Amino acid sequence: MLQRIRKAQLLMDTACEITGRPVNIMEVCGTHTVAIFRNGLKETLPKSMKLLSGPGCPVCVTHQGYIDTVLELADRKDIIVATYGDMVRVPGKNGSLETRKSTGNVKIVLSSEDALQLARDNPAKTVVFVAVGFETTTPASAVAVKTAAAEGIDNFCILSNHKLVVPAMDALLSDEKNMIDAFLCPGHVSVIIGYAAYKEIVDKYKKPCVVAGFEPMQIIEGLAEICRQIIEDRPQAKSIYTAVVTEEGNQTAQKIISECFEATDGYWRGLGKIPKSTLQPKEEFSRFDAYKRFGLKENTDYETTGCRCGQVLCGLIDPPQCPLFASVCQPLTPVGPCMVSSEGACSAWYKYGRREKKHQ
Amino acid sequence: MCLAIPARIIKLEEDRAVVDAMGNQFNARTTLLPDAKLGDLVLVHAGFAISTIDEDEARKTWQLIEEIDNFKDTQNKVSG
Repeated sequence: MLQRIRKAQLLMDTACEITGRPVNIMEVCGTHTVAIFRNGLKETLPKSMKLLSGPGCPVCVTHQGYIDTVLELADRKDIIVATYGDMVRVPGKNGSLETRKSTGNVKIVLSSEDALQLARDNPAKTVVFVAVGFETTTPASAVAVKTAAAEGIDNFCILSNHKLVVPAMDALLSDEKNMIDAFLCPGHVSVIIGYAAYKEIVDKYKKPCVVAGFEPMQIIEGLAEICRQIIEDRPQAKSIYTAVVTEEGNQTAQKIISECFEATDGYWRGLGKIPKSTLQPKEEFSRFDAYKRFGLKENTDYETTGCRCGQVLCGLIDPPQCPLFASVCQPLTPVGPCMVSSEGACSAWYKYGRREKKHQ
Repeated sequence: MCLAIPARIIKLEEDRAVVDAMGNQFNARTTLLPDAKLGDLVLVHAGFAISTIDEDEARKTWQLIEEIDNFKDTQNKVSG
């Protein structure tokens, strides 16, 4: 293993030398963010290589307007809001789902299947499933919608904020101010979409896109593969997580997603409105679309005062550069979603990044 | 959370499975993995098997899950 690490370090050093400036690699997966911090990987990299935590945590990228819409629904007596546990503590304008749990209108579920069951068990109420997450989670929502349609479970619907990874990467690179040289692409999202999905980014921007798993050695070798591509000036879409990620991905899942959803322009925290980046149920499933069922208008994007999660997500600043970080914004009293989610960059930095700060 | 959990299919009826991950048993659907068989190791995310996985890789991921978080927390955080 030592030999593999040395080889990787040599590639990293060479890439930094060749470019003659810092090499910035962005990871777009919350689990990578945590793994990098937890294993102290930043400390093992050359000084001139920088890892940026991008928009890879689904809780973090969810814009404030969506959170407030969820909270408005949770305040209605005729509705049960079913949500994954991750979303419960995210603060909106007025409290969070956690502050509403005692009303019995908010239920935590482990799968979309549990949300459907809630609908079957509570025919007098409408169950709204908080459908967030990237492509890994989206097929579960699609199956739930299709099952509801097939079984006629009409008191079920979803408030979809499912996000697509590739349009966000595109939006980041299209910004002239971006400092991104390459992407370390998410492991389990890529199980679904396949590494071929990143080819359009490579073709358009000539930046390496490499999928890696979550073990330290996978991450190090993923970064080394990126450096090899930089050195050879041959950017590619590639996976070194060959155990589960194929070129084409899980085509059954892709088919179910495309049968149920269509891409529309959607808001992201920090990134604003990104074309064709958010999924909504197709016309034939519109009765399961909470926006349409309740005539909800999409709250437009705004950010909590002083919170700089948006800039953190774009890799423009590190969490300690936010004036709220570790002062008023802490894991137990989070202001922004990057501190709420255990996979957020601010939370990871708070828990594991202090020792690194001392080294700087 | 984008981390799927390796688990072994210990019961399977049509696309409804019971899986075992590190001694924890729970329900999962194999809708997205039509070729999954009884006894297969699969990656489960948000109640759905999304890929098969080999023994060695499963072991590594279980280790990682234990390190990153305790299992209960991981189960409660699934959006990815």
